[in-house]
Amino acid sequence: MTLRLTNTAKTYPDGTKALLSTELSVAKGEIVSLLGPSGCGKTTLLRIIAGLEKPDASSEIWFDDDNVTTLPVERRQVGMVFQSYALFPNMSVRANIGYGLKMQRLSKPEIDARVTEVLEMCQLQPFAGRAITALSGGQRQRVALARAIAPRPRLLLLDEPLSALDASLRETLRDELAILLRKFDITAIFVTHDQDEAMAIADRVAVMSHGRVVQSGTPEDLYRNPTSAFVAGFVGNAMTLRGRVKGSTLHLDGGVLPLPKDGTGQTVFVRAEDVRIVEDGPLRGKVETVTFLGTHYRIGLSGITAEGLASIHSGQTAPKVGTTVHVAVEPAALMLLPEEAGAA
Amino acid sequence: MLSSKTKILQLIVTLSACAFLLVPTILSVMAGVTANYFKGISSGLTLKWIYRVWELYADSIFLSLWLAFACLICTLIIGLPAAYGLARNPGWLSRLLEEFISLPLAVPGLALALALLQLYGSMKGFRASWTFILVGHVLYTLPFMVRSILAVLGAMDLKTLEEGAATLGASPWQRFRDIVVPNAMPGILAGALTVVTLSIGEFNLTWMLHTPYLKTLPVGLADSYASMRLEIASAYTLVFFVLIVPLLMAMQWASARAQRIAK
Repeated sequence: MTLRLTNTAKTYPDGTKALLSTELSVAKGEIVSLLGPSGCGKTTLLRIIAGLEKPDASSEIWFDDDNVTTLPVERRQVGMVFQSYALFPNMSVRANIGYGLKMQRLSKPEIDARVTEVLEMCQLQPFAGRAITALSGGQRQRVALARAIAPRPRLLLLDEPLSALDASLRETLRDELAILLRKFDITAIFVTHDQDEAMAIADRVAVMSHGRVVQSGTPEDLYRNPTSAFVAGFVGNAMTLRGRVKGSTLHLDGGVLPLPKDGTGQTVFVRAEDVRIVEDGPLRGKVETVTFLGTHYRIGLSGITAEGLASIHSGQTAPKVGTTVHVAVEPAALMLLPEEAGAA
Repeated sequence: MLSSKTKILQLIVTLSACAFLLVPTILSVMAGVTANYFKGISSGLTLKWIYRVWELYADSIFLSLWLAFACLICTLIIGLPAAYGLARNPGWLSRLLEEFISLPLAVPGLALALALLQLYGSMKGFRASWTFILVGHVLYTLPFMVRSILAVLGAMDLKTLEEGAATLGASPWQRFRDIVVPNAMPGILAGALTVVTLSIGEFNLTWMLHTPYLKTLPVGLADSYASMRLEIASAYTLVFFVLIVPLLMAMQWASARAQRIAK
């Protein structure tokens, strides 16, 4: 199913604008992630698509050729995985998964067959008869997914499906979820504040800030070609190089860097993996911190730019704290973005 | 040394308290099965007083059971949707309403009865029927039902559970039937047992509302104390105990269970 939102906005009765006018299209079978910090409107947008929140009057929501804007949630045929899973404590795993099918008035054998199929897909057969309270967090998450998918919804919506889990479990389940979603072959929208999660699972990421979508594209595209300081900072943790731009050079406290093009009126960003400690680098900085991270060191440098700079260093040894080092950055690795007043 | 002395003291206090509560009860029960109380136990044991109570007051027993049942149905019909409404719309207005429903707990039963008499006393048909007592019982027991259900509903994320059911295609009525009611069951059960126990044992308010033809169990008890021989009154107490104690125990068990779930 394709989803199309036009001019969709949400204003609360007290005048708070949770979502500014938004346009969004999701193609059939596409997995889109809504990524942004808390309070950016991503959950509001998801709830509007589900029908759990009523959008402003101008809004239009289309599922294929059906205008569902005024359709109540129970008739939209969406599957939803909630942050808290919202599993029914009065029902077994099997009954939870079968509930949506029961609401569609399917016959008992049909329900049983479909529930068994979904249990198998989600590897939940051993837990079918259990009570919800007897499940671990990871198992609950899978039951919530199975329950949402069982009635064959037109669209699957996931609201921070991994955030209730332990950090160690989250990574395993993230990859598992990415595989499952593709196996289901369903159009899906999933909300997260974790960029790694968004990148790992989604075909396309829509980055949101202050109630609007600021940029939307493939994970690679967002990482390599951010169009705003916010996206550069939020996706891939780019750092600002604050200095004076003169034509195509950047004058910093620690030296002068060549820019790839004329940078007048632009802010320069760089990522830690592009900041290299070399003997003949044009910048000089002092080593403040050295953190050993197994495959590499993360080195904090001062004296180059006001806010400090981090460098990913992958040598066998790291420079000592307090020593002065030379640093180089390839001009191509610098990102020049228009200056933003009051960037998020 | 000190600890064993403390223990002995504790034991004495506990046993005395038990004796204080139990001895009158046992005496009363014994009186109910003694042939002649003034001659004492030597006159022999008998069940004839209990048969007498049955002859004289069987109507009261059935009226009380019927009233308790009707009261339960009424508090369920009013209390369940009320508790659901209050749980779904938390806010100052709901708090205020909850306090308002709970007012009969603070107002003496006599005052409540007087108010009912002032308002409906002139409606002869209503005043003389059992439904008049029922209205008093419902007013008095409703807060127990509402609060008991509300405690269980308030402990779960009702809104999200309902939203979950809604995305699966459940209509508002189906959500209420399949999600709200089953999950509120421990609270409903605890509330129901409390309502039945209170309704059977209620005297204060019923004393004011009853007519000579409509005596409930406790009103009959008072009547027997006032006008029958002591053995019959005591046998009546025994019958009352047999009815109310199992209910009381079931209520304790259900409330403890509901509280455990509410946590």
